[in-house]
Amino acid sequence: MSTVAHETEQTGAPEDRDILSVAREQVLERGVPLNETQILAVMRTSDESLTALLGLAHEVRMKWCGPEVEVEGIVSIKTGGCPEDCHFCSQSGQFTSPVRSLWLNIPELVKAAEQTAATGATEFCIVAAVRGPDERLMTQMREGVAAIKAAVDIEVAASLGMLSQAQVDDLVDMGIHRYNHNLEAARSFFPKVVTTHTWEERWETCEMVRASGMELCCGCLVGMGETVEQRAELAAQLGALQPDEVPLNFLNPRPGTPFGDLPLMESSEALRTIAAFRLALPRTILRYAGGRELTLGDLGTREGLLGGINAVIVGNYLTTLGRDPEEDLALLADLKMPIKALSSSL
Amino acid sequence: MNALVGTYCGHCGRAEAAGDHDACAERLRMEPPRFCTHCHRRMTVQVTPTSWTARCVEHGTTTNP
Repeated sequence: MSTVAHETEQTGAPEDRDILSVAREQVLERGVPLNETQILAVMRTSDESLTALLGLAHEVRMKWCGPEVEVEGIVSIKTGGCPEDCHFCSQSGQFTSPVRSLWLNIPELVKAAEQTAATGATEFCIVAAVRGPDERLMTQMREGVAAIKAAVDIEVAASLGMLSQAQVDDLVDMGIHRYNHNLEAARSFFPKVVTTHTWEERWETCEMVRASGMELCCGCLVGMGETVEQRAELAAQLGALQPDEVPLNFLNPRPGTPFGDLPLMESSEALRTIAAFRLALPRTILRYAGGRELTLGDLGTREGLLGGINAVIVGNYLTTLGRDPEEDLALLADLKMPIKALSSSL
Repeated sequence: MNALVGTYCGHCGRAEAAGDHDACAERLRMEPPRFCTHCHRRMTVQVTPTSWTARCVEHGTTTNP
């Protein structure tokens, strides 16, 4: 038993000791994910047990995923003007957000891929603010992905909203190896977040992607006013879907959106969520995504990397800015976490 | 032309002289400007992994410093 776990047995609340002990035996030793009830118990642990919880989640990550960290860059190929009403999103055309609509041309797309590769990232995700891709976007993707593959040694991922089976097939033909489509929220909370499409429609796209041979990236956004029970429900639903990657976003309240005045999530709550997700998804790539800079700051970012996270989005996001890539890469070096090499992800 | 220095706030689009923009300045550390500081028009902004470009139809393009 590790020193951290031993300390918890000495200092943590009895119910915290119980669930951490169960998690140690079930998840760390046997690789069996926590169920929803168990995830909820983890999410209800006290701040006093947070260090032990993060330590256990880190052990789980190291045992079942290894020390490598996957680094990815993202870019928006079509910004703003989205017909959907995701209440957290500044790119919805339904809100009075200052974000204006524009398209990225192919030379600039290739340049963004080159910028990403120069950071040491192995993954470049092309994202569009759409309900689903139309023929114009699919054509732009086809030409853009071909141009990137001719110029840059990097895996190409895509996030284009809800797909038809024909579009899934087209993306496979283009050589897209991973497709992102987030559940965003628990099924029970989703109608409070989006009214223009359903949680089930998102699930259907995820299932089609998984069946296609592309890797599935399916994540979420926490801190939108969901209950801790709904956060546990979400983790369990992601566990049932079994994505290859889960990007974990923390709400960055955007001006003009319905969630624009919500407070930032408490950093201790965010760290507990990271650890709980790791215990629910022991073998999954768990990626830091948007909002971590504001919610966790520099110290919290480090703690999360030592608490279950094993992938990062490097540099900027779609409409907001991230940390300097050099800072993240220096932190990974300091933590002796090697960046996953391209050859090992092919 | 530098769109980061001017009459209007690049974050909220209001006049720099009208009120306190300390919170806006703080936000501009983590996001690109959305309004032209010379005419407060909304700009088209493209963010890429290591840079951003903001374009005002009247006052031209600004990139991250």
